[in-house]
Parts: sequence; structure tokens; C-alpha cells
Amino acid sequence: MAAITLKNINKQYGDGYRAVKDVNLDIADGEFVILVGPSGCGKSTLLRMIVGLEDITSGELLIGGERVNEKAPRDRNLSMVFQNYALYPHLTVYENIAFPLRLAKAPDSEVDERVRHAAELLELTEHLDRKPANLSGGQRQRVAMGRAIVREAQAFLFDEPLSNLDAKLRGQMRTEISRLQKRLGITTVYVTHDQVEAMTLGDRVAVLRKGVLQQVASPRELYERPVNLFVAGFIGSPPMNFIPATVERDELHTPFGQWRLPEGKRPDLSGHEIVLLGARPEAFEDAAVVSETIRDHGVEFEAHVDVIEWLGNEQYAYVPYEAPDDISAQLADLERELDSEAMRTQLVVSLDATSRIPEGSTAQLWLDLRKVHVFDPASGTNLTVAQSSGNGAAKAPAGDASAAAVDESADGSAQG
Amino acid sequence: MMDERDLPTREKVLWWIAGVVVIVYALFPVVWIVALSFKTPSDLGSKRFWPTSWVWENYDNILAGDAQELFLSALRNSIGISLIATFISVVLATFAAYAIARLDFPGKRVILTTALAVAIFPVISIVTPLFNLWRNIGLYDTWPGLIIPYLSLTLPISIWTLSAFFRQIPWELEQAAQVDGATTWQAFRKVIVPLAAPGVFTTAIISFFIAWNDFVYGISLTSTERARPVPAALAFFTGASQFEDPAGSIAAAAVIVTIPVVVLVLLFQRRIVSGLTQGAVKG
Ligand SMILES: Nc1ncnc2c1ncn2[C@@H]1O[C@H](COP(=O)(O)OP(=O)(O)OP(=O)(O)O)[C@@H](O)[C@H]1O
Ligand SMILES: [Mg+2]
Repeated sequence: MAAITLKNINKQYGDGYRAVKDVNLDIADGEFVILVGPSGCGKSTLLRMIVGLEDITSGELLIGGERVNEKAPRDRNLSMVFQNYALYPHLTVYENIAFPLRLAKAPDSEVDERVRHAAELLELTEHLDRKPANLSGGQRQRVAMGRAIVREAQAFLFDEPLSNLDAKLRGQMRTEISRLQKRLGITTVYVTHDQVEAMTLGDRVAVLRKGVLQQVASPRELYERPVNLFVAGFIGSPPMNFIPATVERDELHTPFGQWRLPEGKRPDLSGHEIVLLGARPEAFEDAAVVSETIRDHGVEFEAHVDVIEWLGNEQYAYVPYEAPDDISAQLADLERELDSEAMRTQLVVSLDATSRIPEGSTAQLWLDLRKVHVFDPASGTNLTVAQSSGNGAAKAPAGDASAAAVDESADGSAQG
Repeated sequence: MMDERDLPTREKVLWWIAGVVVIVYALFPVVWIVALSFKTPSDLGSKRFWPTSWVWENYDNILAGDAQELFLSALRNSIGISLIATFISVVLATFAAYAIARLDFPGKRVILTTALAVAIFPVISIVTPLFNLWRNIGLYDTWPGLIIPYLSLTLPISIWTLSAFFRQIPWELEQAAQVDGATTWQAFRKVIVPLAAPGVFTTAIISFFIAWNDFVYGISLTSTERARPVPAALAFFTGASQFEDPAGSIAAAAVIVTIPVVVLVLLFQRRIVSGLTQGAVKG
């Protein structure tokens, strides 16, 4: 077990493509860190550099305080679960799990004890004599896990291990992994595409975009205080709504009326003509069901609701609106980058299940202004967060990854 | 696999007919040779397909009789030379194909093209220079004198088959093995070799057959029983007397040299299991 430290890590592939740019990340001993980002942003590349399968172009990688840039994978003593499992098809499940121990020349009795222990943990005992080809996807995945946990590695690295499982099995394995990691207390880096995995599994989440680290923070922090447009749009499902607004002194002119942000939540907007307001679906409510105690914190506005999706415990309302062309083009760009289909400009609003707003009607909605973020459309910076976090550990603007990596929980203390 | 698909009956019948035609076409000469090998010398010209009386005389002749020395030494040469040539070519081709499939190095294309060029170069055109060269450096009529030219036949095809095969191996397994603590060599030996084995066996069989069946080099680069392989030796067979037709003995020898080929195929058939790499990855 060990801490992993990435210092100014860069990766340039042979064809000149820069897949990872100046990444700084401190992963504490025993910590569970999630790596998320859209497809092709360099997650696998980063993981493969940590494990030693990919050369580090520049920068320094420390494991347990020791520089390992030049070490071969086998000398780094990390175990990895590959995205496609990479089981040895000619070996039985038993021998697959035993493989790392056999390489380490462990005595047979020890091998047997450990393999059986791991198999028990993963409920594989009855399959030990079978070949991987005859196993189900979930069983194969557990064999891959078994092979990773059977030896005392310094850290676990997972590359989208659950991406090919069905929803039910994925849920099962997710809790399994979480439980296992807590029990073994081993430093873990986990790559995923999945929102739920990202939010539930890790102590901290690192968001990567085009090889640049955007923000590293706890899931809650990421959700409530995203540093820029990208993180705000990437984390959360349905995603955050972005509403264009023109600044006129203290007032914000939006397609839904003039709003005035509450005192503590109002960033310095001098010098900005146009801003984007970010509001998560749950910041909205049917004005009819908002309790009186909080009504004053928000604004009411009239909107045309064209579609309602009723989910039982809540419902989503879709509110289309017109936005200036340049703004909607930018929003479309952002959405494309976030892997979501480019939609027309609309609000997705979460309403209380008891709300009775009919489809295709004009309704009175309410927005909690305390939960609104203000973004600079040019740089993408979250002005609300940038202001409230003061000048100390400044949350970085979009381009500056090194500062974004600074996070209160990353003490980076290296332990042997 | 033909029988795994559900073909319409009409199509199935057509396939069967086509199959039977091919089998008859391919097996007819073989059956004929077998029939010939059981004929008495006087029966040879009888213009009948099957022997009038089945006799072991021809086999006696080549295994215990007059032609024994000629045949058995040739058999020994053939087996030895073919095995050694196969072994060397498979070992070299394995390394070459591994490099070609795995590494990016300048000249990769050149190697493959050269291999192909060597393979399509007509054997007969290099036999004469080789004959002179071998006489000068003392390789004429020796085992190495045949093994080396055989390599020129077997290596190109081995490299091509193996590199095609190696490209299909899930190489991520090698990385998995390295992460599991293997050296590059261990990863190769413990993971890649077992997966590559079927391809290697197939290649070995093909190489062996090429060496085993060669006639041109065998007849041109040897002069005595020291190195003469069976296909060449057959040409030196004589009948029981000077004036007898040796066709019976030749047929018997041909049948005997076919046996190892058949045995090999039957033996290795089990090792050429398709789908061995199944289950390595998800999906
Ligand atoms: N061997 C390579 N040579 C050149 N470029 C590469 C190579 N491998 C990956 N890349 C590029 O590096 C970038 C990052 O790739 P990477 O595999 O790390 O993405 P990822 O974040 O894991 O994506 P995904 O979520 O789709 O798996 C991609 O744009 C890809 O095209
Ligand atoms: Mg990937």
C-alpha cells in the first residue's frame, strides 16, 4: 500500500498527439480516487502510465515516495483490472488467479490458501476448475478482480471494469468493489464513464478533459461547487441547465425575466456583459408546491412546459426557450464535448411528484437563486465559486490544471 | 464450420456433391498408388485397376530385399533433414513473426516482402549456382547442404503464417502478465506461447511437408545415400532384376512415405484447436 503522486505528468504519443497535459495529482495512501471524463480524454493513458505500460513523456511519478518513471511494470507492484478483463484463456480460473503468485514463486501451500481466500471473497469457489471461456461476463470480471487482489499490491488500478455488464450486475459489482476496497484499504484509482460509479465509489473524483485535469474534489464538492462549465455539465444527470443572461448592474436579464442574485451569492460581474447561469434541475420547482419558508430565496417565472416525464418519485419537465445564436452555438459545443446529443436550448426541470402541471401548458415555476452558479462564457470559469473560495487555494480557470489539482484533502504525504 | 449453420436442404445436397467430387478427385491417385504397390511385377501392365492377386512383394523388396539399403537410408535422411529444417525454420519464424506482429521497427515491410519474394522465386533457377557453391565449400551431398536450401522454402511461409496468426492474439494479455509481475520473456513464455502454440503447430506441419516433399533440391544436391531423401531416392529404384519395371517398388515406397504425413496430420489435428483464445476478453 502506498501513496501515488503525479507531478506535471505529460504524455505525447509517437504520432505527436498530446494525450495528457501537465497533470498533478496526489493520491493518499488508502484513498479511492475516481478518474472521469469524456471518451478520448486520456483516462486510460494516465492509468497505463501509472502502471508502467506507457512511457511518461515528462514529469515525475512517485509511488510510496519513490520515483518509478523508469521502472518496469513488474517492479511497480501495482495490480490492474483491464477494461476487457484480459484473462488467460489457456488457464483455469484457479491458475488465472494464482498467476501473479506463481510468477513470484510463492510456495504451493501459500498459493492455494490465497487463491481459495480470494475465490471465497468473490464467490468463485465453485468455478475454480473452469476455463474463462465458459464463464459469464460477471464471473470473468470477478476472476479479473481475483487476480488483482490475490497478491499484496501497492495499489489497484481499474479501467472501466464494469462497463460491459448489465445494469443489475453492475450495481452488484459496484457495491462489491466498494466493500472490498474498504476492507483491504488499498489505494485505488478507478476509471469510469458512469455517473453513478463516479459519485458513489470514490473518496475523490478527478475530472479530465482533453488531457487536462479540471478539478479534483469530493463528489459533493464537484456537484455543488464545479470550477467551470465543463465540470458543471459533466457531473450530474440530467445535467445542469445553462441559461444565458445579460448583465445590467445588479440585474440579470434572462429569457425568463430579470433576476437579482442574493447578496452572498452575487459574484463581481463588472466587466462581464453576458454570463451563463447554471442551475441544476432540482433547483427549480413548481411554484405551487414551494414551501413558504424558502419561497423568498428564489424567483417565480412563467414558462411553457412542453413535455413532462413522470418517474414516480419525481418528474421532469422540459421547457424550451429561445437563446441568442452565439450562445446556443456555444452550448451545443459544450454538449457535444460532454458526449450528450446536441439538444435545442431547453431547461430540464425537476418537479415534486405531487405537482400537477399539465403537459403543453404555461406554468408558474420557481427557481432557488441560492443554487445558481454564474459562469463566464468565454473562459468557462465558475465566477460564483471563484469568488467564494477567495484568493488562497484559488479554484483554477479551465486551462490551468496545476492549480485545479490542489485540493484540501490531498495532503500527498508519502508513506513507505 | 459447415455443420453449425442451418443450410437449406438443396444447398446442403449441393455441398455434399461438391465435397464428394473433390474427395474422389484427390484420392483417386492415392488409391491407385496403393493398388499398384500390391501388384506383382507381371501384373503391372495388366491394365486393371486392382491387383489380380494382392502381394507384399514390393514392400519386401524395399524394406528387406534388394532396395532395402537404398530406401531405408533415404528414409532416415528424409526424416532427419525435414525435422531439423522444420525445427530451425519454426524457431526462427516464431521470433521473426513475433517481432513483426508486435514491434514497430524500420524495415518491417522489407522483411515481409523479401520473404514473399524468396517464396515465389523458382527453385530450379537457384539449384545450379547452389550446386556449384556447395561443391566448392563442401556442403554437397550432406545434411546441412539440404537443410539450408529447405529453410529458404520453409522460412518465408512460416513467417507469413505465424505473423498472420500472431496478429490475432490478444496482446493485452502480455501487458496483463507484465503487470502481474512477469518479465517480458516470462510473459512471452507463459502467456503468448501457449496461445500461439496452435499456430506454431500448423506452421510446423506445413514446413515439414514442404521439406518432406521436395524433389528438386534432393535430386540435385546429393549424389549418394549420405544425404539423399526419399523423393529423390525413388528415382534410383530398380526392379528385382535389371529389366523389371520398378513401378511396384516405387509405389510401395510412395505409400510408406505418405504414412508419416497422414500420422502427423492426425496427431496435430487435435492441437490445431480453433477458438483457443476465446474467453480472454469480454464480449
Ligand atoms: N497508441 C496511441 N498512439 C497515438 N494516440 C493515442 C494512442 N493511444 C491513445 N491515443 C490517443 O490519446 C487520447 C486518449 O486516449 P485514451 O485511451 O487515454 O482515452 P480514454 O480517456 O481512455 O477514452 P475512453 O473513455 O474512450 O476509453 C485519444 O485521443 C487517443 O486517440
Ligand atoms: Mg479508455
